[in-house]
Amino acid sequence: MAESAAAPIVSPAGPQFPIIGKSHVKPTWCPGCGDFGVVASVEMALKRLKIPSKDVVIVSGIGCSSNLPHFLSSYGFHGIHGRAIPLAEGIRWGNHTLTVIATGGDGDGFGIGVGHLIHAMRRNVKLTYVTMDNQIYGLTTGQASPTSTMGAKTKSTPFGVIEAPLDPIALALASGATYVARGFSGDVKHLADLVAGAIQHKGFGFVDVFSPCVTYNKINTFDFFRQRLYKLESSGHDPKDIVAAWQRSLEWGDKIPIGLFYAVDKPTYEDLEEVLAAGPLVNQPSGLKGRESLLDEFV
Amino acid sequence: MKEIAVRVGGQAGDGIASIGESVSRSFTRMGLNVFGLNAYQSVIRGGHVWFAVRAAERPLHSQGDHADILYALDHQTVEVHAPILREHGTIIYDPEKFTLTPGDVPAGLQLMGVPTLEIARKYTSQSVLQNAAGIGATAFLAGIPLDVVQNVLADSFGKKAGEIVQWNVGASADGYKFAEQQGFTHPRALSARGAPKLLMTGNQGIALGAAAAGCKFLVQYPMTPATSIMHWLAAHSHALGIVVKQSEDELASINMAVGASYAGVRTMTASSGGGFALMTEGLGMAGMTEVPVVVVDAARAGPSTGLPTKTEQGDLNLVMGAGQGEFPRAVLAPADPVEAYRLTIAAFDLAERYQTPVIELTDFHLAEAMEGIDRSAFDFNVPIPSPYTVEPNGHDYRRYEDTESGVSPRALPGQPGLNHITLSDEHDEWGGDISDIRVGIPQSIAIREKMMEKRMRKLKGLARDAPPPFFEGPTDAPLTFVAWGSTVGAVRDAMEILEEKGKATNLLRFPTLYPLEPDRVRSMFDRTRKTLLVEGNYSGQFAKLLRAEMGIEFPHQFLKYDGEPFYPHQILERAEEVL
Repeated sequence: MAESAAAPIVSPAGPQFPIIGKSHVKPTWCPGCGDFGVVASVEMALKRLKIPSKDVVIVSGIGCSSNLPHFLSSYGFHGIHGRAIPLAEGIRWGNHTLTVIATGGDGDGFGIGVGHLIHAMRRNVKLTYVTMDNQIYGLTTGQASPTSTMGAKTKSTPFGVIEAPLDPIALALASGATYVARGFSGDVKHLADLVAGAIQHKGFGFVDVFSPCVTYNKINTFDFFRQRLYKLESSGHDPKDIVAAWQRSLEWGDKIPIGLFYAVDKPTYEDLEEVLAAGPLVNQPSGLKGRESLLDEFV
Repeated sequence: MKEIAVRVGGQAGDGIASIGESVSRSFTRMGLNVFGLNAYQSVIRGGHVWFAVRAAERPLHSQGDHADILYALDHQTVEVHAPILREHGTIIYDPEKFTLTPGDVPAGLQLMGVPTLEIARKYTSQSVLQNAAGIGATAFLAGIPLDVVQNVLADSFGKKAGEIVQWNVGASADGYKFAEQQGFTHPRALSARGAPKLLMTGNQGIALGAAAAGCKFLVQYPMTPATSIMHWLAAHSHALGIVVKQSEDELASINMAVGASYAGVRTMTASSGGGFALMTEGLGMAGMTEVPVVVVDAARAGPSTGLPTKTEQGDLNLVMGAGQGEFPRAVLAPADPVEAYRLTIAAFDLAERYQTPVIELTDFHLAEAMEGIDRSAFDFNVPIPSPYTVEPNGHDYRRYEDTESGVSPRALPGQPGLNHITLSDEHDEWGGDISDIRVGIPQSIAIREKMMEKRMRKLKGLARDAPPPFFEGPTDAPLTFVAWGSTVGAVRDAMEILEEKGKATNLLRFPTLYPLEPDRVRSMFDRTRKTLLVEGNYSGQFAKLLRAEMGIEFPHQFLKYDGEPFYPHQILERAEEVL
């Protein structure tokens, strides 16, 4: 290996670093927004796992929910619309000792950014992805989203949505995701369990969260979900059984499941990328000093 | 000034590129300078393809205008290329494949029918072995010793190849000896002159430069002609400790690159214009969030899919304008593989120092053409400072602190006590979002102005530190060529021909296209008498940039957009008109 870059200033062994808390920035969401429950659950999960805030990076795209990184005291990267996932993947590969949590909405993750999501899941990059799925575009003042209900009247669909909604759980299962869960921002403790499970999971942890938009979605309200949701944990579902997970993912109507649909242990992308076995890329030596023999192949 | 030019042509899938590379490598192993150009179509099989190799003792900078030996695998090759054969031109062909009589070709050319298929059948039923026989005959005519070409062929198959190597060694010897028995050689045949040279493409120069500059993460989606950058780094990724990621698209490429760079890793992504166009929003994010990233655009002839295997310098406007709004960037444009190596190192250095995107703009011609290079051209002692530049637990740490240079202290995630938000929204010095609930109020208007000015101030430092323009050739000449990128090669060769004709010219070169220091550039133009701008696009994009930035006018412009690289004779003719 070539000569090392200068040793990092930071020593990995140091005093106890503070774990995550709220930042000084107050959330900018509408009063009653489902996203309050999501940020609370992420904070609760990280506190429970005692991960130092210096080692957490919360990444987001654009949308109401993508403001989330500002409200916690960790590192954060608030990027561009639909690209939270590749940004988060790059951060993981740059330094895979970091706990990277991508957050965003259904438009960000299942509309403009859905291509990245599928590939991140099949790669099994060790990331946590929490979507605040409100089935509407909120920040742009109420247009149909990929998960909007058929017939929903929005500003962009005044005569009703005529496209079938995308099913994030089925999409995740089909894409090879290794941790697939759905939560509800009206049940913060349950959601925190799912988020903590996703953070601990060895691989891509996907948590789709019903997070009602109280301003623009008059169909999928807190009451809508409270009347329909039931928990997989208390219904005999085995999250190791992918066929059962598929069946549960199809349930929609009077009864809608939340909880852990599926979890499986598989090697992560970082496990299989041999270069990363030598430690975080950011701290590895670089350059070609002393490697002049590399030129021999050009003779 | 003795030189020999070999051309080989046939159908895609015939192995033309391998033949061309073997001949090129034979010459570089003889210690000769080489320029090799692979010309192909956007299919894997079928369609006329050819490879032009030029070798000489003196430096060569382009594919040149002539050929001396034409190895034709089909009749179309004769039709297309026989007209450029000069005096003593010889055509190697296999009479079993097609007939050729002196009446079929321009007067004065020699025909050498070589039984390449018959030779191949001695060893195997695989007809591709005919190429080894043809290479052997070509080698004899060109002055390449038999053992040199045999070793090149053996090496090209690697250690595991077994009997294929023996067949190639045998068939090349048969072809060589057959040619020897015909009783003539080519008067331009060269002989070995010293230590072997390296044979390298522009893309290989970039890949090597990135590795030397400390790049640890390359992310790329395949697109001709940028793809071979990924190929070289992927092949060496484990040995060099470089993560090479093939992304799902170029949107992912630029965002992954920014992510890894944010974590502190030197990163690069590369594509051609189509992929670069997809990266534009992410490029702006790198500018706004002040994350270093090196992006290569290896341009091909556009617009849209355009001519995917042909060259053009048509992407300058694209890389200059990519991204909404305004942010600082630098655009570097190497002319040859050695400069590609050096400017890639410069690109990483500038990106890191100024925490902003640096674009390396090349084109098909530079990406894929091969040149013979002295080993000494490569210095691997490149200083790579630690990415950790901020002491941890900083008091009142401001990620976007307003400084004179515009460059702010950059903490990395994982460092204690420096937690902050990196954001694509406009923000204050601490990384606080001003776009949501503070925008428009007087205090925030002032912050917006201050932050824009802080970022844009980096352009002053970039213009000062980026490789400056310089003259090649005599300090004073009646005509000064102005060129950038791969076009420089054909200009250099044209200048040499003009010099032989007693006409002195010089060349004003721009390794950095943007930003430039206007006073410095204007003073250089003050030292010219008459200029001829040579650029591979329709509208003179660099001429327009220089006019817009510093009011320099180019009354004489030679613009070309036919998809082909510049040929020295074309530049020569235009220069003589202007003179």
